[in-house]
Amino acid sequence: MSGTLVLFTFLAIVAVASALLMVTRLNPITSAMYLILNFISLAGLYLTLKAQFIAVIQIMVYAGAIMVLVLFVIMLLNLEDEDALYEHIPWTKYIMFVLGAAFIVEMIIITGLAGAPVVPAMSPEAATIGTVEYIGKALYSSYLLPFEMTSILLLSAMIGAIVLAKKRFP
Amino acid sequence: MLSINYYLILSAVLFTIGVVGVLTRRNAILIFMCIELMLNSVNLTLVAFSAYLGNVEGQVLVFFVMAVAAAEAAVGLAIVLALFRNHVTVNLDEINILKW
Repeated sequence: MSGTLVLFTFLAIVAVASALLMVTRLNPITSAMYLILNFISLAGLYLTLKAQFIAVIQIMVYAGAIMVLVLFVIMLLNLEDEDALYEHIPWTKYIMFVLGAAFIVEMIIITGLAGAPVVPAMSPEAATIGTVEYIGKALYSSYLLPFEMTSILLLSAMIGAIVLAKKRFP
Repeated sequence: MLSINYYLILSAVLFTIGVVGVLTRRNAILIFMCIELMLNSVNLTLVAFSAYLGNVEGQVLVFFVMAVAAAEAAVGLAIVLALFRNHVTVNLDEINILKW
């Protein structure tokens, strides 16, 4: 077994286990913690794909900014009684897990039956593509218009969030 | 060297877990986190194809997906806050004001 395979297997097991635990925990804060673990293991997987920039902003944006926002809202909501946020899942709903497992098995069989992998090996340019320099060049040349529109999207989302979270609508 | 199928299967597994979470859980914040999980699994597919095909466009798209996810997080959590202020619950089964 090569080192990459060992690393991939470890990160994949951590990612899948933390995702499963996130879905099944009843306490939302525990779920959020497992989701952070999942994000960090995904950042490791991005590193095995030689995408350093994406791995760093995965940690910064997802595990940092978004999850802090989620935890903040969870703690804002259940200040008085924590029992209100515990939910009772009816037993019949667990059939969804069976259906999901069946779907995963199908996916694995389909990918296995396809025989040879879609792309046999990692591109030799993969290491240069993942750098900040390369992505920055692409963002500021070919993708300049979408990039600027993203800033407008973030501005409108900021205004929308402030308006929605205000005490009273004007 | 790993083949790309490993990453595709892992991504499919994570996406399915996210879908199952959205279908089973009734806590609005939990469903929100499951949607984030699904977005992340798609990001993994994009980065894998980007690395294996030697094409930067996948990673640029991941960048945009992350920006959209951040915007969605801000607006979605503001909606959850407004809902909680009006109904004092985040259980989606009890929020049925749009139901006829």
